[in-house]
Amino acid sequence: MINWIASLPNFSAYGTPMYFCYLILAILPLGIGLYFGKRFSWYEALISFIFIFLMFDGDSWQQGISLIAYVIWETCLVMYYHHYRQSANSAGIFYLFTALSIIPLVIVKLTPAMVGHNSLLGFLGISYLTFRAAGTIIETRDGMVKDISAWKFIRFMLFMPTLTSGPIDRYRRFSKDYQKVPSRDAYLALVNKGIFYLFLGFLYKFVIGYFFGQYFLPHFEKTALLQPHMISWSMVGVMYTYGLYLFFDFAGYSLFAVAISYFMGVKSPMNFNQPFKSKNIKEFWNRWHISLSFWFRDYIFMRFVFLATKKRWFKNRNALSSTAYMLNMTLMGFWHGITWYYILYGIVHGLALVTNDWWLRYKRKHLPNLPHNKLTTGVAIFITFNFVMVTFLIFSGFLNTYLLSK
Amino acid sequence: MQEQIINILADATGRDASDFSDASQDLFTSGLLDSMATVSLLLGLQDAFDIQVPVSEFDRSQWNTIEKIEQRVKELQNA
Repeated sequence: MINWIASLPNFSAYGTPMYFCYLILAILPLGIGLYFGKRFSWYEALISFIFIFLMFDGDSWQQGISLIAYVIWETCLVMYYHHYRQSANSAGIFYLFTALSIIPLVIVKLTPAMVGHNSLLGFLGISYLTFRAAGTIIETRDGMVKDISAWKFIRFMLFMPTLTSGPIDRYRRFSKDYQKVPSRDAYLALVNKGIFYLFLGFLYKFVIGYFFGQYFLPHFEKTALLQPHMISWSMVGVMYTYGLYLFFDFAGYSLFAVAISYFMGVKSPMNFNQPFKSKNIKEFWNRWHISLSFWFRDYIFMRFVFLATKKRWFKNRNALSSTAYMLNMTLMGFWHGITWYYILYGIVHGLALVTNDWWLRYKRKHLPNLPHNKLTTGVAIFITFNFVMVTFLIFSGFLNTYLLSK
Repeated sequence: MQEQIINILADATGRDASDFSDASQDLFTSGLLDSMATVSLLLGLQDAFDIQVPVSEFDRSQWNTIEKIEQRVKELQNA
């Protein structure tokens, strides 16, 4: 059986033009059903299974087994915690279940740093699924998740369009969409938007992202490695081309996931909103990888501030907000992976948010007459954009490659 | 009630009550409320109106104007 699965072809999500042809053909009956006001749940389960199977067969079969084990683990945790929460609400049990839900991810992230090879527990998408599971447990604690069953939770976790790289949806939002069928007008509007996103995604990922990633970036990387000093014009080239590649590649991917969700009658959240228009770093995090940063905002930042304020851990409000920013962004760095450059990326963004907040306060208090016009806005956007590009260079890991090559 | 909410908002954001004269303006897009001030707002509302507002109850689109805050508080008081 395993040999047979290992010999099958593997289709990573949204990888090739043919993938889109198969996928759209497969979801066409669903679309027709939705148009006539019906959701063919069994058919959706079937094609989701087939496409997820194709992502995790062939060479990736071990990941497929890890995925199955992981989903069973998280489903048991969520269902058991939900059952427990009906009759009791101890903080200790809540923290225990939250910890248990993120333990597989912690092991997967720590293993490469500790023993130098990837953990067997890992599979593509585990980071994203962990947010969904932990988020569901947190909202269950708050008494917000009332209507849940193992099947509904699995449907949420394994929603095929967003399985491997998000956007990260929330259980309550997802099930509200999933349990109803949009009206015909609403569905047609979704399809209309979806088609636009799909083509915008093609432009982003397969044209612009491809050019930056496959054409300019390798060229600059090659010349940057030949320079005697780390900071060179070639390195500047790596910085901008990598940053733009990262945006167009990831935003393109997210657009595909959102578009396919829309075709399936589920309004998955958008992940990007013109991030390079941001006037400061706070605004940037409202526009960049939105489903991730909002997850951290709602489940880490706000909950930490809430707890710290209630327990009066801090005398000074600004000390509290700075601590919360640092905690939030450093954790996000760790989530990307246990390497110095991911962690530094998180810390630098934490410091930037602290500085940004300080500047906004200072400006309001001491510089009320500071001019505000097109020029100052332009300067703000320029500074933000370039700062972000520097942090993406750190994030890329290329500085590590450079250092190792010397 | 609106006056009380405005005082809580002014407290939470460290601004003057006069910044909140428009009860229908979007508090988030106008930059008056950020995540930090939101938590102070929630805690202030809990104390003032004796309601429970879990953080995950807080959907920004339902709390983004003074009018909506007032409406939500009344709903939670009656819940």
